[in-house]
Amino acid sequence: MGNLNSVAHALDYLDVPNVFVREGAALDDVSGIVLPGVGAFGEAMHRLDALDLIEPLTAAVIDRKAPVLGICLGMQIMAESSSEGGHHAGLGWIGGTVERLEVEKLKLPHVGWNDVAARAGEILFENTQAGAHFYFDHTYSLRCADDLVVATVNYERPVVAAVRLGNIFATQFHPEKSQRQGLRLLRNFTNQVFAC
Amino acid sequence: MLKQRLIASIFVLDGNAVQSIGFERFLPLGRPEIIAENLNRWGADEILLLDISAPRERREPDKELLARVAAKCLVPLAFGGGISSAETARSLILGGCDKVVINTAALSRPSLITEVSECLGSQCVIGAIDAVLRPDGRHAVAVGAGRRILDRDPAEVARVFEASGAGEILITAIHRDGSKAGYDLPLIEKVARAVNVPIIANSGAGHPRHFHDALALPGVSAAAAGNYFSFTEHSILTTKAALIAEGSDLRCDAHADYRGRDFESGGRLAKLPDGSLSDLLFQHVTDDVI
Repeated sequence: MGNLNSVAHALDYLDVPNVFVREGAALDDVSGIVLPGVGAFGEAMHRLDALDLIEPLTAAVIDRKAPVLGICLGMQIMAESSSEGGHHAGLGWIGGTVERLEVEKLKLPHVGWNDVAARAGEILFENTQAGAHFYFDHTYSLRCADDLVVATVNYERPVVAAVRLGNIFATQFHPEKSQRQGLRLLRNFTNQVFAC
Repeated sequence: MLKQRLIASIFVLDGNAVQSIGFERFLPLGRPEIIAENLNRWGADEILLLDISAPRERREPDKELLARVAAKCLVPLAFGGGISSAETARSLILGGCDKVVINTAALSRPSLITEVSECLGSQCVIGAIDAVLRPDGRHAVAVGAGRRILDRDPAEVARVFEASGAGEILITAIHRDGSKAGYDLPLIEKVARAVNVPIIANSGAGHPRHFHDALALPGVSAAAAGNYFSFTEHSILTTKAALIAEGSDLRCDAHADYRGRDFESGGRLAKLPDGSLSDLLFQHVTDDVI
């Protein structure tokens, strides 16, 4: 599901060993998980289901508390549900839903580099520039409780840019496509993985 | 604030990156993956990889080429050239690109765009339109590398692509390709006014001012250039510095920064006084390790 290669290249650049997981059993051997996503919500959930990955992923993330980083659609499927292309159930790891971005003047999708405001002291954004630009490309966004939100971006109104819930990290933007600032964020995540 | 984007294009003909003039003459540049590596380092906001041999040879897009270039890209990569099925689009996304560019096949079958956007999301689909300028001053859509002119209005085709699910529209003025005469602003403005999705202006850049004029049009989210960025080292960085000095809202985050430097009237970086070069010898530069 999605552009696995981009994430792999970025992790290779950082010298972080990584593998593609296509079956549940393989999750037992990894220390951390990246859930990238490019595509449509319904299709992504369908593919995870077809590969029998939903239960093993939930066990790894919720029971075993393996650090996980969701990216773009990967973040969105962590929610309870999405209204993209009909009503689809998500993984339900994070309380909230995914709805279409509300804009009056600006265009959709929200595509391009936009500056992100991160909560002070947030591990994921350590060593990144204040107001650093990351790459966004989405039409739908996560709606959830404020205490989960660690970074926002402005697109006519505040939009969730990143969330954190214990071992669950997730970004709406693509760190693997955001050059140096993105690489720093990925490094911060992998540092968390190997600190466990 | 969402920034506007400078997109760097790599045209590939028979496996070689080339400069393109009017879609007719091609000058070799070298290996596409080397070009991509440079463009990535020079601060491109996005890279557009167009396999211009695929449509001519009626074959499937070159996935090995994509894999080689994708390995060098730490910014979004769009791939185009001969995509005519949703399966091909999906395999390209899995093969390393973030967006697919669909042109010819969607003109006769717009439902292709619908199929791809339903499976991959409309944010993955760029609908591309090649346009020519007729002698009577009107624009028309062209296919087959501009050799066949269709009796269709680019703005009308843009509306069809948008309705079919394209997330962005790439509008190329063939008559400006390699001309260095600037973007075809009336064409771009007309297409931008016809749709509600972001527009990428393409073809004709020869001076930083050209980018500025294209980006100033309402609805234009990005300006793309191919030949232009292959003329000098750090081309994207110097162009961004010149544009930012003129008030453009662009992202600037790379190892080299030309903001604050002066530019000649031709748009090229002005030479520093000789004394400053010897000063540089004594400056300590720390390595950026991530």
